[in-house]
Amino acid sequence: MSLKNTYVAGIFEHPTRKAVDLSVAEIHADCARGALADAGLSFEDVDGYFCAGDAPGLGPMSLAEYMNLDLRHMNSTDVGGSSYILDVGHAAQAIAQGKCSVALVTLGGRPRAAGAKSAAMRPSEAPDVPFESAYGPMITSMYGMVAQRHMYEFGTTSEQLAWIKVAASHHAQHNPHAMLRDVVTVEDVVSSPLVADPLHRLDCCVVSDGGGAVVLVSEDVARSLDRPKVRVRGAGEALKHASGGQVDLTYSGGVKSGRAAFDEAGVTPADIKYASIYDSFTITVLVTLEDLGFCEKGKGGAFVADGNLISGQGRLPFNTDGGGLCSNHPANRGGMTKILEAVRQLRGEAHPAVQVPNCDLALAHGTGGSLATRHGSATVILERV
Amino acid sequence: MNHRDVAELNLDSAAYWEAAAEGRLMLKRCSECGRAHHYPRRLCPFCHSDRTEWVEASGRGTVYSFSITLKPERRVLAYVTLAEGPTMMTNLTGDTPPAIGQDVAVEFTQTAEGLSLPVFRAV
Repeated sequence: MSLKNTYVAGIFEHPTRKAVDLSVAEIHADCARGALADAGLSFEDVDGYFCAGDAPGLGPMSLAEYMNLDLRHMNSTDVGGSSYILDVGHAAQAIAQGKCSVALVTLGGRPRAAGAKSAAMRPSEAPDVPFESAYGPMITSMYGMVAQRHMYEFGTTSEQLAWIKVAASHHAQHNPHAMLRDVVTVEDVVSSPLVADPLHRLDCCVVSDGGGAVVLVSEDVARSLDRPKVRVRGAGEALKHASGGQVDLTYSGGVKSGRAAFDEAGVTPADIKYASIYDSFTITVLVTLEDLGFCEKGKGGAFVADGNLISGQGRLPFNTDGGGLCSNHPANRGGMTKILEAVRQLRGEAHPAVQVPNCDLALAHGTGGSLATRHGSATVILERV
Repeated sequence: MNHRDVAELNLDSAAYWEAAAEGRLMLKRCSECGRAHHYPRRLCPFCHSDRTEWVEASGRGTVYSFSITLKPERRVLAYVTLAEGPTMMTNLTGDTPPAIGQDVAVEFTQTAEGLSLPVFRAV
């Protein structure tokens, strides 16, 4: 079975960053309508639906009813913010197997408008909970521990991490919907307040409302549509956890998900023209670039420095919409927007100031959950055909 | 539901919290493969034998990593690698500035929820 007869046909990113007057279900439905319109399809064409933990209700059921979908395939695997990148792989598999021909993936949420208080984990019945959340871990301090260890092992510096934010800000200045459009310097980042030693405020992504959707289709459906063709060339996924107390914060599940995606696509990191890299924090990007093989383990600091991630300047243009660091991290889940900007780049529809010339091969990678405990990694490689 | 409720619901680690209330840090060790693990569970996560036994840890370890947050109050989140092998999430207490590689020893703090929580202090 090959994924190569599956295509991304439609995308939509909700323009809002603060959804005061919208419910979560409305955001999902607005995004679905936008992505279907982008593809030239209608809700009646959808026969596969994918969503994750941000969807209100039990799995896909409530939203399928809300949008009145008639489905023959569905999936609601939740691995946090990377779920939508995982979904692209799963939808491509389902289409390749003939289980559906038009697959819709949606994300939506309103943590800003709802006044989400803290990133501290809410207790659930999971067996790990009393052994972790009783110690008051914040999302920030968990990623802070990853950064601290990376600095200790490899000599990575705060200034090197700051370059990741600097690159994102260079891109965000061209995105009218981005929350943070001011170009920042390394000095701006390292002089912003420490939120979780060694991470500064500007090492963190934004908190935003909004959402997005993507529509995947079979070869037959793709042939009937007018939009540029973006093919799913490879997909990989992995879970990494604490393995009974064998904690190693220096790498992520991206080592395995990346290898699987590159193997399936039959390409190497050197072939990638543009990369959407999950950017909950600057350290997330650094560890991921190493794990995906864009540079050696431990050399991420040198790789990202001096503008190497800035479109038009560096070797690997990343997150040209401004990413989660500057533009949008809807529902505290950054995977969907990673897919959307990769598709824009492959279609030649990114902002002209950040469009990568002749962008025919792109990667999108997500890290859902926490790098410091357990996370789901998902990688897809997309190509323009 | 609070952390104490969750601790009580996860029956195969209940003895950990009972011992913690008495000021002892416990680990599970596998009688088949000999390896210790954390957090404790009935089946060994390495060889999946059900012949796991409770053993009292020395309470000594080294700091693997840490991060300091100041809001809502100062807290040092850390991973400590125990002398017996496993690494556990914890908090660091005391006035000594934390550092990776620092030698630490366990002590116990009572949470508002009534959980006795093993934390570590530089030695």
